[in-house]
Amino acid sequence: MELIELENVTKVYRMGEVEVYALNGVSLSIKQGEMLSIVGTSGSGKSTMLNLLGCLDRPTSGRYMLDGIDVSRLNDNRLAELRSKKFGFVFQDFNLLSRATALSNVELPLVYSGGGSKRQKAMEALERVGLGKRARHKPTELSGGEQQRVAIARALVNSPSLILADEPTGNLDSASTEEIIAIFQQLHREGITVAIVTHEADIAAKTQRVIRLRDGKVASDGKADSL
Amino acid sequence: MRFFEALVISIRSLFANKMRSVLTMLGIIIGVGAVIAIMAGGRGMETAVTSTLKDLGTDVLYVQPVNPDAPGAAGMSPGYAIATLTLDDSEAIARIPGVLGVAPTNENFAEVTFGGETLNSMIEGSTAEFQTMSNYELASGQFITERNVASRDSVVVLGSTTAENLFGDEDPVGQRVKIKDKRFTVVGVLATKGGSMFGFSMDEIVVVPITTYQARLFTQRTPGGEDAVQSIGVLVAGPEQMDDVRADIETTLRRRHHLTGDDKNDFSIVSMEQMIGVFSQITGVVSIFLAAIASIGLLVASIGIMNIMLVSVTERTREIGIRKAVGAKRRDILLQFLIEAAALSLVGGAAGIVFGWLLSLVISFAATSAGFPLEATLSPLHVIIAVGVSLVIGLVSGIYPAMRAARLNPIDALHYG
Repeated sequence: MELIELENVTKVYRMGEVEVYALNGVSLSIKQGEMLSIVGTSGSGKSTMLNLLGCLDRPTSGRYMLDGIDVSRLNDNRLAELRSKKFGFVFQDFNLLSRATALSNVELPLVYSGGGSKRQKAMEALERVGLGKRARHKPTELSGGEQQRVAIARALVNSPSLILADEPTGNLDSASTEEIIAIFQQLHREGITVAIVTHEADIAAKTQRVIRLRDGKVASDGKADSL
Repeated sequence: MRFFEALVISIRSLFANKMRSVLTMLGIIIGVGAVIAIMAGGRGMETAVTSTLKDLGTDVLYVQPVNPDAPGAAGMSPGYAIATLTLDDSEAIARIPGVLGVAPTNENFAEVTFGGETLNSMIEGSTAEFQTMSNYELASGQFITERNVASRDSVVVLGSTTAENLFGDEDPVGQRVKIKDKRFTVVGVLATKGGSMFGFSMDEIVVVPITTYQARLFTQRTPGGEDAVQSIGVLVAGPEQMDDVRADIETTLRRRHHLTGDDKNDFSIVSMEQMIGVFSQITGVVSIFLAAIASIGLLVASIGIMNIMLVSVTERTREIGIRKAVGAKRRDILLQFLIEAAALSLVGGAAGIVFGWLLSLVISFAATSAGFPLEATLSPLHVIIAVGVSLVIGLVSGIYPAMRAARLNPIDALHYG
């Protein structure tokens, strides 16, 4: 079943008098349960792509269907609701609240989506990434790999349709990188859809599908081993 | 997101910057404190004055001369003052039904001497009714009698403080004092009454018969050449007869002063209730005026809060981005920063109330030590107003920074710094 369908999506930024096409007529679809990577050089449009997919931004033109809903024209509040229910974000520099404990950080999406038993759900998510014992630690007391696992737990806690990761291993050593990729693969086996934006070929090689962007267009889209 | 969760988030972030929060609150603390102290002090002053006035008796009317040609309410002021009342007027009023007694009274400052001691005292020239009308008790001896008044005796009754200052522990009754170098025999001493009128203690007076006062101490004549009376206190049988007596006094005096038709009264009749009303109004206006000046401090405090909230929003841009990425709506962010500003202001306001209250206690103590008994009173209304004003200040100064925070674009916010 199609989770996401982009149809001729364009994103234009205005830099003074000049119009910059960050994305220029992109069409693609993502199925439920896929694990894919989006690659490309810097300036290829992959960050814009991630922002659009994650409903952090709206396309200038074209259509974005998510679970059969056209989200390209929704207002800020509806987009915030979608982010809270459908997506989990993982960033290169973790983006954890430094004053809050790991547990509180994981709870954060639940604060905005409502519902009860936050503590318990957050604890379960932390246990899924193997950090049950570090719940009371603050980010500064955790290693880079551990911090990124907290971020993944935060992305998981609302049972999202899609986890979007932006260079998730960019700030990590190779051991931690292995660890994080292993967690994504595990989540994929459990049926969660995962999209990773990366410029590292060996990360992309670990995913079943690679979408390569160049100058705001899809240059290639296919199996990792076919590259 | 529920209100309670926004509250917890806001309180946590205030605690994370303790020093900054306290410094920001200081503005509100001082502003609210100053306003509260002034309001409490003003109310204390009002209570002090009205209770002194009530002490003089509320079933009393005062008749005083007025210059009918003076503009507006200036007729009783010194610049326009004119003597129109006499002892005969006073006797005519005494015959009106419902009048229990009259106390024609003249007063002025003069030196009172005994042995080597000299005091500048308020000399009251009056009649026997003065004692009842002003609620004085006798400590020893007797008060001025009707016979003293009739025969212009050189007798005097001393207030308790005056007696103590002149005689110390000695019994003054039977002794002779000099007033304006004329000899008077002390016939009685008043019991301590307490209270004061604009700084003059009610126990520092000296009472002599009004006739003696007119003949030997201070001479003032009406345009007709008779001895003048400054004011006539009229003791009325009861509050329900107030209006009738007032009307009768007016008729009697107009007839006696040959006023007809459209002629204006050359006297005024004021009840104690009216005087209390006027004084409450004066103290009320003065304290509101002072509080308005003090509230400039609140304006400064409000700018301080807005400033610190703007800094806080900028500093926490990334945090706002994270919150938005995980699903915070505009109003969630708005609420978080508004609550933060309101909490700063409310806590500051509460501390300001305590600070102001302590300040007003210090003022009361200082005023009382300086001879002006004052008990500052903090009314619940003042507290409610202070809390309300603090809340409004917090919300008003928080709304702009909070809106800036709520409008941040999540993508830009996430990549800030």
